[in-house]
Amino acid sequence: MSSETMSIFSPRLAARFDALVAKYPVKRSALVPMLLYAQDEIGYLSDAVIAEVAERIGITELDVRNVATYYSMLRFKPAGKYNIQVCTNISCMLRGGYDILDRFQKELGVGHKGITSDGVFSLEEVECIGACCWAPAIQVNYDFHDELKPELVPGILEGYRAKAGFPGDGSTSLGRKAEGKAPHA
Amino acid sequence: MPRLVSHPDEVKIVTRRFGQGAANIDRYLELGGYQSAKKCLEQGPDWIINEMKASNLRGRGGAGFATGMKWSFVPKQSPKPKYVLVNGDESEPGTCKDHLIFLHDPHSVIEGTIIAGLAIGSKLGFIYLRGEYRYLLEIVEKAVADAYARGFLGKNIFGSETEFQIITQSGAGAYEVGEESALMESLEGKRGVPRIKPPFPAVVGLYGGPTIINNAETIATVPHVIAMGAESYAAVGTPRNGGTRLFGISGHVERPGVYELPMGYNLKKMIYDVAGGVRGGRKLKAVVPGGSSTPVLLPEEIENLGMDFDQVGKAGSMLGSGGVVVIDDQTCIVEFALRTISFYQHESCGWCIPCREGTDWLKKTFTRFHAGFGTASDIDNIQHIAQNILGRTFCPLGDAAAMPTLGFIKKFRKEFEDHLNGKPCPYARHEELAAV
Repeated sequence: MSSETMSIFSPRLAARFDALVAKYPVKRSALVPMLLYAQDEIGYLSDAVIAEVAERIGITELDVRNVATYYSMLRFKPAGKYNIQVCTNISCMLRGGYDILDRFQKELGVGHKGITSDGVFSLEEVECIGACCWAPAIQVNYDFHDELKPELVPGILEGYRAKAGFPGDGSTSLGRKAEGKAPHA
Repeated sequence: MPRLVSHPDEVKIVTRRFGQGAANIDRYLELGGYQSAKKCLEQGPDWIINEMKASNLRGRGGAGFATGMKWSFVPKQSPKPKYVLVNGDESEPGTCKDHLIFLHDPHSVIEGTIIAGLAIGSKLGFIYLRGEYRYLLEIVEKAVADAYARGFLGKNIFGSETEFQIITQSGAGAYEVGEESALMESLEGKRGVPRIKPPFPAVVGLYGGPTIINNAETIATVPHVIAMGAESYAAVGTPRNGGTRLFGISGHVERPGVYELPMGYNLKKMIYDVAGGVRGGRKLKAVVPGGSSTPVLLPEEIENLGMDFDQVGKAGSMLGSGGVVVIDDQTCIVEFALRTISFYQHESCGWCIPCREGTDWLKKTFTRFHAGFGTASDIDNIQHIAQNILGRTFCPLGDAAAMPTLGFIKKFRKEFEDHLNGKPCPYARHEELAAV
């Protein structure tokens, strides 16, 4: 495949893949990062992404799917432009991780793996993200937000909404009080 | 940016460059960087391995295997290329120390990888970071590129005849890949399922070649061991437990954070003095001493407990990854156990049936139990299931699920019994957790 003319990836990503497969003693070692980088650009692992990655590495599409389904960050359906991943594992749970998740659910009106109707946000409850000492923590795409409180949630959403070019109309609940249940922890 | 903490009892060896801009190669050099790698290049493999053995440095990933010993298992002559693999797939709940190493001192990982390569006669090292650590991967990649530009990596490192290359690699979300054989599978572009041992990776590892796999903290420690001398390093810790450890204290403490303390540091002091005690002046209920896979300890068990591999082992738990999770008296242990087992159920790769089925049954039973639909026989049944996972899987994930489960039941049996009689847990508030 000529990466310049036929690739579904941007020239920059196509060049990165060429460099990646050349780098390893065995070409296939590039597979896992390549899938993640492709997903970052395209949004999810579409059939076309899988076909192109298979061809670039020289394995079958089935091989690619077999590997891709193993890794929790890889997805086969689009997510929101900003994928909010809320950790509720033990260290975060002890410091109110579920309150953070509740607040995001309330603000966005979607649950686990849900996407907002404008496609700006998706929400996920995730396992430990390696920010235990700065809990509760979330990741929005690859950005970490540490030491959260439920009342910080609307501001975080506003920030990303502005980035996405969808400034809120001010009616999101910045002023509304969190109706959280009595703190457990 | 994750908050950095400090305490007067800390002995800053691995963290001594944190917060000083050492991700910049010039700054790293100003702070004494790459001198250890140069020294090792002059001294040769036998000297390096002897230093590592004398340092009593033990693997920081969790198992605590002696690093020098591990390196010495690699055959000197090998028809296949040898590899160094740095495990930065940090995923054990309660553990975030490697996060800070990659952020503040990526060159220490690179320098440690070079030294490991020199020790075993390898020309290629891999630094594997979990997929979620993208911003850290970018920091490490920049550091690797800078090291190449200075000639510290490449065909002729530090102007010598010796070659050493480093490839950085991103994962894509999988706790299991932190297990060394699954890590190699992932690096070979496969599903991260474990391999049976033997053969051990030191003999048959990545691409079938002899491979050493070390935790990122272990590798980051190596240049410091060389710089300060093995004996000085060993003297910091306790017998057979050299040096310091990056203890990540999280949960219900006033000052959570990653603290570098000498091996053998008293756990009670760590919680009450270093981390400022239990949050809000509450009482301590339990401590998970080394990441979520290590059996829970009671307040009376930590009175005189020194945090090194041997002492925590004697106390019936494990030092693990050094992730100390502190639990106060207003926490429901059944809920905590449920959240712990839910994680292992989610992360079980499904390769070994006892782990795949066992974690699933445990999660189901705990969920029902916590929702108030438990029966007296469940308590014994949970133990029975956990016992039947233990030691019956290729990799330690099965044990990692079974060991804490057994600990919770053994030490908090009464709290489990209090959940009987159809009463929902008095602390329950998460419908999504309570729903079967």
